[in-house]
Amino acid sequence: MTSKLAGEVYDISSQPLSRLSVRADPWRIGTFAIALVALLPVLAILWLAVFPTENIWPHLISTSLPRYLKNTALLMLGVGASVFLTGVSTAYLISNFEFPLRRYFEWLLLLPLAFPAYVIAYLYTDLLEFAGPIQHGLRVMFDWQLATDYWFPDVRSMGGAIMLMGLVLYPYVYLMARASFIEQSSYLSDASRLMGRNMFKTFLFVSLPIARPAIAIGVALALMETLNDFGTVDFFAIHTLTAGLYDVWFNMGNLGGAAQIASVMLTFVVLLLGLEFAGRRRRRFYQSATRFIRTQRIPLTGKSKWLAFLMCAAPVVFGFLLPLGMLFDYAFRYFDESWNPAFRTYAFNSLFVSITAALVCITLAVLVCYTRRLYKDTATGVAARIATLGYAMPGAVLAVGVVIPLASFDNIVDGFFRQYFGFSSGLLLTGTTFALIMTYTIRFLAISIGSVESSMSKISESMDMAARTLGHPAFRTLRLFHLPLLRGGIMTAALIVFVDCMKELPATLLLRPFNFDTLATHVYQFASDEMIEQSALGSLVIVLSGLLPVVLLSSTISRTQHLDKIE
Amino acid sequence: MSAPLKVDNISCRYEHETAVNQTSFEMESGDLACLLGPSGCGKTTVLRAIAGFQPLTNGAIYLDGRRISSTSAVLAPEYRNMGMVFQDHALFPHMTVGKNIGAGLFRHSAADARKIVGEMLERVGLADKTNKYPHELSGGQQQRVALARALAPSPGLLLMDEPFSNLDVDLRERLGQEVRELLKDIGTTCVLVTHDQQDAFTFGDAVGVMRDGHIEQWDHPYNLYHEPTSVFVANFVGDGVFLDGTIASSSEVKTELGLHSGDLVTDLPVGTRVDLLVRPDDVIHDDNSSQSAKILKRSFRGESYLYTLLLPSSSKVLSLVPSHHNHAIGEDLGIRMEIDHLIVYPKDGPTCPLD
Repeated sequence: MTSKLAGEVYDISSQPLSRLSVRADPWRIGTFAIALVALLPVLAILWLAVFPTENIWPHLISTSLPRYLKNTALLMLGVGASVFLTGVSTAYLISNFEFPLRRYFEWLLLLPLAFPAYVIAYLYTDLLEFAGPIQHGLRVMFDWQLATDYWFPDVRSMGGAIMLMGLVLYPYVYLMARASFIEQSSYLSDASRLMGRNMFKTFLFVSLPIARPAIAIGVALALMETLNDFGTVDFFAIHTLTAGLYDVWFNMGNLGGAAQIASVMLTFVVLLLGLEFAGRRRRRFYQSATRFIRTQRIPLTGKSKWLAFLMCAAPVVFGFLLPLGMLFDYAFRYFDESWNPAFRTYAFNSLFVSITAALVCITLAVLVCYTRRLYKDTATGVAARIATLGYAMPGAVLAVGVVIPLASFDNIVDGFFRQYFGFSSGLLLTGTTFALIMTYTIRFLAISIGSVESSMSKISESMDMAARTLGHPAFRTLRLFHLPLLRGGIMTAALIVFVDCMKELPATLLLRPFNFDTLATHVYQFASDEMIEQSALGSLVIVLSGLLPVVLLSSTISRTQHLDKIE
Repeated sequence: MSAPLKVDNISCRYEHETAVNQTSFEMESGDLACLLGPSGCGKTTVLRAIAGFQPLTNGAIYLDGRRISSTSAVLAPEYRNMGMVFQDHALFPHMTVGKNIGAGLFRHSAADARKIVGEMLERVGLADKTNKYPHELSGGQQQRVALARALAPSPGLLLMDEPFSNLDVDLRERLGQEVRELLKDIGTTCVLVTHDQQDAFTFGDAVGVMRDGHIEQWDHPYNLYHEPTSVFVANFVGDGVFLDGTIASSSEVKTELGLHSGDLVTDLPVGTRVDLLVRPDDVIHDDNSSQSAKILKRSFRGESYLYTLLLPSSSKVLSLVPSHHNHAIGEDLGIRMEIDHLIVYPKDGPTCPLD
């Protein structure tokens, strides 16, 4: 090129060739290390379950394990059925019919997701127990005196747990089913109607089977949360595997036994992951590739209109409005008792661990996603995949898996210090928030990777090639041309991880340092001591922060509607 | 600082398939070359290999005499001083036009960079768009910005991957001409990849037709059309059919349409049965001719008709006829053969029948 344009021409001969044989650069080393850390808990659990210091397998099998298994299976079956029915029916109504407030229900139906199951369990127990306002009202109305004078269902039961968990977990199914119903070409159901099937049969034989993979994903996600739950089953005294794990570890002090229960829970995890993967694989084939005509929603009239309204209103009212109202009521009435220095410490602790974990998660997520972009080989792909498996693992299982290696690390370091320096280094990692943040990171890394990945996939590969040929090395390409475009995805990822950490109970209970409470453990502690009203402020903060990503989700929903209108 | 390029016998593999198989070509400083071929022929992989994004499993690539890729070592893309233009333009959406063009000028002083950006904008005729964002520009304008951005750091080599494919027909031809003139003016060596022969013919001094990972023919566009060295190239470049024939002498081939004489470059002996390439412009419409063929199909192309004609032996030929000669399907059309370049392939060789 003529020199009049070029100030100084860059001389390529000054740059060394990079050896191809050196395939391990910082990106890949980082990603493989993350995968290893994510895999560590599983390996540790399996190790300790197979080679326990004290074998409690025979004891477990002969005593409590069958009961744990039965309860866990029952709970998952019940919650599965409940979320399936609620999620699919509301999604079907929303996407196919027109009825009063339908447009609002479309996003209102997501709101129960903001409630952790344990908070709703505490509230409904308070509402429906013998001394609660409902039973009290009934007694006054019918002039009953004693509990033996009438029958009233006990919330603190398996049935109650299923109902309440279903009430806050159905949005997973609703979200997936709704997306699938909307994506289905209306030609399919039109064809079915023309061949003589009525609306309901068309739903049963056409729409539902097509949506099945999507629904399977939603149910799998809801069941992962069910398996994860500790607060509800503990409060209701239902002996599931999670409750059993907690009991064996904390009350019996048997980490090996806890690892054995955790290994049993891992089989459930594998089953759920299998269900989810199967759904995701099938969904690809079931989605129509070409653009399609949006289904015209049918206006409902008369009774059916109000039936549809009620079916959508019920989950919103009972899963969100009513409990939120109670929380506000309690929080205001007991504000002076609740808002004290201890509370502020818990809130600060919650913020600290959640923000730290969110920052760690998004950093690692960007690293993993960008590495996958740089290296398309199978090994990197598998490593990135492994890094995302934590989301399926119940918090209690992860806690056991994280403690095992960290504790041996602490012991080794401690032994070293005692031997050579004559003092104890104590619990360096297990006794600090490090273990907590590490567990949060492993559990929620998948969410941040998913969000960053979907945002990064919108940046075309040619953009990277343009930046590289213009002279920007990999890291600078990331900094100058990716990060500014990823800001939205990264913010979303950070927000969701933050909120999930705020809510997290089982792992926090197991791993928090001595005398360290977060809002979640504070709520748990108070609720266990029958002081629900005093902990309402904490619950309210958790629920309100939990609303943030849900609001984000609903704005995505309304944005897709907007796009549909444009097209 | 334009530089000569030498691609020496390179091969590239993806996981389980060979995308590029022992491909070689050379370019002088300032040459404009095209790689032309159907999708999946490996042309983009060659481009990626030249840019340093694709490792080699065989061969080497030299820029300005220096080996920049071999099977054991590569110079990273960011150190190759090449410019690249993409089908989707790949403009950075969060940067203005001016910032986009300056994106590769970070080694220059701010004042120099500003001056170069201004000159490049002037060159591509977008001086008033400095502060616009990419999404505020039309497709053609975006492509000009992409070109300016790639040229701003004075690359030793410019690579273009289907640069005109996203533009409408009118614009792509005009822009193709413009870009060619600009590059010739600056004297940049450039490799362009396309599946569209019109793009290739408009742009390239030399065109390499690729198939299944290797270059079938590297030649001037005129020769590709008139003297294709393989059946594939004859098929891929331009329309045409093959007629059964026999070599009659060193400059004559005999077919059912008579004896054709012209340039015959072959070492096949007289009497060999061959396929003779007949282009639509070899078959001239002539009402006074003694020969005629029945019209089987016709397609209107505006300024001309492309007739598909049925010969007595039930072979078919194509004829390009000015469109005021409007004949109906089923009519007989008088034809005269004028084949300057007699392109023949032996019968027993691999043949690809035309449709």
